[in-house]
Amino acid sequence: MTTGLIARTAAEHAPGLPAPAAPRLPRRVARSKRAVAGLILLAGLFTAAFAGPLLSRWGWDDTDFAAFRQGPSAQHWLGTTQSGRDVLALTLRGTRRSLVIGLSVAVLSTGLAGLVGTVAGFAGGRLDRILMWGTDLLLVLPSFLLVAVLVPLLGGGALVPLLAAVLWMITARAVRGMAASLREREYVLAARFLGAGPVRTIVRHVLPQLASLLVVDASVNVSVAVVAESGLSYLGFGVRPPDVSLGTLVADGQGAATACPWPFAAAAGMLVLIVLAVNLLGDGLRDVLDPESGPRRGGR
Amino acid sequence: MTVLAVRDLTVRYAPGVDAVRGVGFDVGAGEVLGVVGESGSGKTALALAMMGLLPPDARVTGSVRLRGEELLGRSDAELSRVRGKDLAMVFQDPLSALTPVHPVGDQIAEAVRIHSGATWPAARARAVELLDLVGIPGAARRARAHPHEFSGGMRQRVMIAMAIANDPVAIVADEPTTALDVTVQAQVLDVLRAAKEATGAAIVLITHDLGVVAGFADRIMVMYAGRAVESGPVEEVYRRPRMPYTIGLLQSLPRMGVAGGARPAPIDGAPLAAVEGAPLAAVEGAPLAAVEGAGPVVASAPGGGCAFRARCPVAVDACADGDPEPALVGPARHTAACVNTEATADPDEVFPLPDPVLPPVRPPRRERPAVLEVDGLVRHHPLYRGTLFRRRAGTVHAVDGIGFDVREAETLALVGESGCGKTTALMEILRLARPQRGRVAVLGQDTAALRRSRRKALRRDVQVVFQDPFTSLDPRMRVADIIAEPLAAHGVRAPGGRVRELLDLVGLEPVHAARYPHGLSGGQRQRVGIARALALEPRLLLLDEPVAALDVSVQAGVMDLLEGLRARLGIAYLFVAHDLAVVHRIADRVAVMYMGRIVEIGSVDEVYGHPAHPYTRALLDAVPLPDPRLERRRRRVPLRGDLPDPTAPPPGCRFRSRCPRYAELGAVEARRCQEHDPMPRPMSTDRESDQWAACHHPLAEARAVL
Repeated sequence: MTTGLIARTAAEHAPGLPAPAAPRLPRRVARSKRAVAGLILLAGLFTAAFAGPLLSRWGWDDTDFAAFRQGPSAQHWLGTTQSGRDVLALTLRGTRRSLVIGLSVAVLSTGLAGLVGTVAGFAGGRLDRILMWGTDLLLVLPSFLLVAVLVPLLGGGALVPLLAAVLWMITARAVRGMAASLREREYVLAARFLGAGPVRTIVRHVLPQLASLLVVDASVNVSVAVVAESGLSYLGFGVRPPDVSLGTLVADGQGAATACPWPFAAAAGMLVLIVLAVNLLGDGLRDVLDPESGPRRGGR
Repeated sequence: MTVLAVRDLTVRYAPGVDAVRGVGFDVGAGEVLGVVGESGSGKTALALAMMGLLPPDARVTGSVRLRGEELLGRSDAELSRVRGKDLAMVFQDPLSALTPVHPVGDQIAEAVRIHSGATWPAARARAVELLDLVGIPGAARRARAHPHEFSGGMRQRVMIAMAIANDPVAIVADEPTTALDVTVQAQVLDVLRAAKEATGAAIVLITHDLGVVAGFADRIMVMYAGRAVESGPVEEVYRRPRMPYTIGLLQSLPRMGVAGGARPAPIDGAPLAAVEGAPLAAVEGAPLAAVEGAGPVVASAPGGGCAFRARCPVAVDACADGDPEPALVGPARHTAACVNTEATADPDEVFPLPDPVLPPVRPPRRERPAVLEVDGLVRHHPLYRGTLFRRRAGTVHAVDGIGFDVREAETLALVGESGCGKTTALMEILRLARPQRGRVAVLGQDTAALRRSRRKALRRDVQVVFQDPFTSLDPRMRVADIIAEPLAAHGVRAPGGRVRELLDLVGLEPVHAARYPHGLSGGQRQRVGIARALALEPRLLLLDEPVAALDVSVQAGVMDLLEGLRARLGIAYLFVAHDLAVVHRIADRVAVMYMGRIVEIGSVDEVYGHPAHPYTRALLDAVPLPDPRLERRRRRVPLRGDLPDPTAPPPGCRFRSRCPRYAELGAVEARRCQEHDPMPRPMSTDRESDQWAACHHPLAEARAVL
């Protein structure tokens, strides 16, 4: 027993050091280089995607009849497409679509996973079994195919809810497992025995423990959603012409990628940047939120 | 003849982080050295350094000689030829020290084969022989069983069998009985003693339990902050300790009188607060915090000097001038590392006695209102088998019809071995819901009839303190938020002053309010847990082994706190514990549980003084006393075997299978035990007595009191 205590104390608090006075969350985030880098990159992408078109001379649906399939120039910074549309404007428009889709899918699916998982894990018993039974049922459906079939039927607006609906199940299972084990932790028991209701207990004691899992999951989901949307659009099931997304741009640019790489490279590069930014932010946030993981304790 | 000689052993994990600082000792063949110290004193690092099992980044210097051969500095391959053959080790946790996928017989046979090159059949035969030697019944059959099929005590026997497989010259046992119940601990110590006699090995017994050392060791070495602060023959050190730390350690122990049952000498209630760290200012960041559980590794004191001086009541200026060297203070190489040994000539004078807290005069027990009434409480856990089709495979009778009451301002302790259902009973009461069977009433309100809002309101009056202060506090919340949480949960606006008041009440400083739990030591955390439980001014406090996870000197401080709070606030305690010495110190009444039943209940004086149930007697007998003379003089009847399978309690009296008294009964009397489940009945006709026991043939002494 003593050894156990030693091990735990040792991991948590190096001898001789004063107890760490933990600063508030924003300042801890500010200290994580990765989180800051991800945050700046993401903010830059958002600004470019939403403010950029206002400054650009060319709208995304304008056609320059004087320039077909040209390389970068003073007129068109990233060149033009075969039909004379400005590649920069198109890419920014596509980024905007992809960012909105990615973030809303991530928030929706992780939120749903968190809700279902915590309720199932914390409630236990029959409710747990029913919820997990439903989750397992959804897991066996071929999700990509389902979305591909349903989006054209239901229209483009259904893309976000549908993508969210097929992404939450695995996380929900993980969350449920963690919540079920957290329910038996002594400090959660203590909260319940001192009279805190289930909602208060979940919000104060269970969710903070799950936060790092959910944040990482959300950041992964952004990438997955952006890539899935691009894939669907590439195949022609997602965003419909004349509207564009990064996926349609990649698809359009791909045919002539060797001869005229600009449209393809710009869209693909933007895709990489989005995924990178979100993952950096997610990693950084996890380090900040989870006192037991990684670098923060190492003396940074 | 000295077989194991250690000189100037130092273990350094990083520059300035020394776990062991210049420790030396000799152990002769057949001799037992007890190494005692609290967590963080370096005793485990010492054991691992001797075995050569420390991680490679630990720097070990000094000398370890086994029969004159130097072990330090040898390569791992060379050491492997010595380890397990001449130098064997018994680990604390026998579950993780045995490989789960091989039968235990094969594991012992492997140890034999590696060093002797015997054939498998010969090695297996030897394994069975060894298992028989350590008292495992049906050794030939049990040798084919896997570790998980053994109980904790049986696994530790297997570990001992493995340790003596090759007739070792020396055995290092690191807390071999810490994870075991007292009754099993007594059995395992007997086995270790038998093993010592069979092999003539020297034993280094590392433990935090001064009682175990008193009964088992020949010499004792007390460690503090990586140094051996006192060493000598056991009797001499226990009778005339000269180092203030040893004195404090011995005085902070709760003691049970052997026969008298009277409250122990006033020294018991002694200087606990002083040992816990005079206090918080010194604890802050100072290396001494280690003793309060702040870390396993102790940095050497800044600026040198005796590591104990900040907590020492007799410290003088000279204490700051470097680590004191051990000096001879008594016969038979009794040494103490203390500059001010003149001041410690009379140990009783070293730590000032605190003013006794006189409890306010209260009306006699039966006139006080009952805070908690439990009657026929039952909690059975169904067991299921199968994955696809779940079928009921049995029932664990965790709590099987217990009844007691707790009156205002009194402490009732539930004691028993692990698995007896004491914690389950506590949790059932805490749920404040309808029990499976029976009745629980808190403050006169039957919990089965409670509506949701009433139940919540009732929670204000019933609060809990958990065993492990490391898991019962949310690591993400500040101390102030943790303490204020009950107030917030009940919608009470928490005035900032209240938190400070509560911190003050449990002996913490206002600065602790802003800390997170991991910035506090074990004792401080448990104080936070107590402050949280007190925030709503409850009338009943349920305590689940509140001091079991703490070091001895810290334990004493927390128990003092609990006693003081009860005297001041008039709270009733229901105290779950397995440590009978702790219970003796803090409780008014005690209920002994065995396999889900209360077998004996009564006032502490009566139950400890004249136990009526053979199980109570056996439990009391098994507790080692921290006094070598008393401990060695005791006649005890050891309890045989382990707890029976809780899914199938034996018919009739449940204790029958282990009962020493049952074994002596004639056929007619034994029939009653086999056929009738004994019900609790009063043991005395005296009006003042309230001792009840569930036994057909209670021990005669209880009657003799009349």
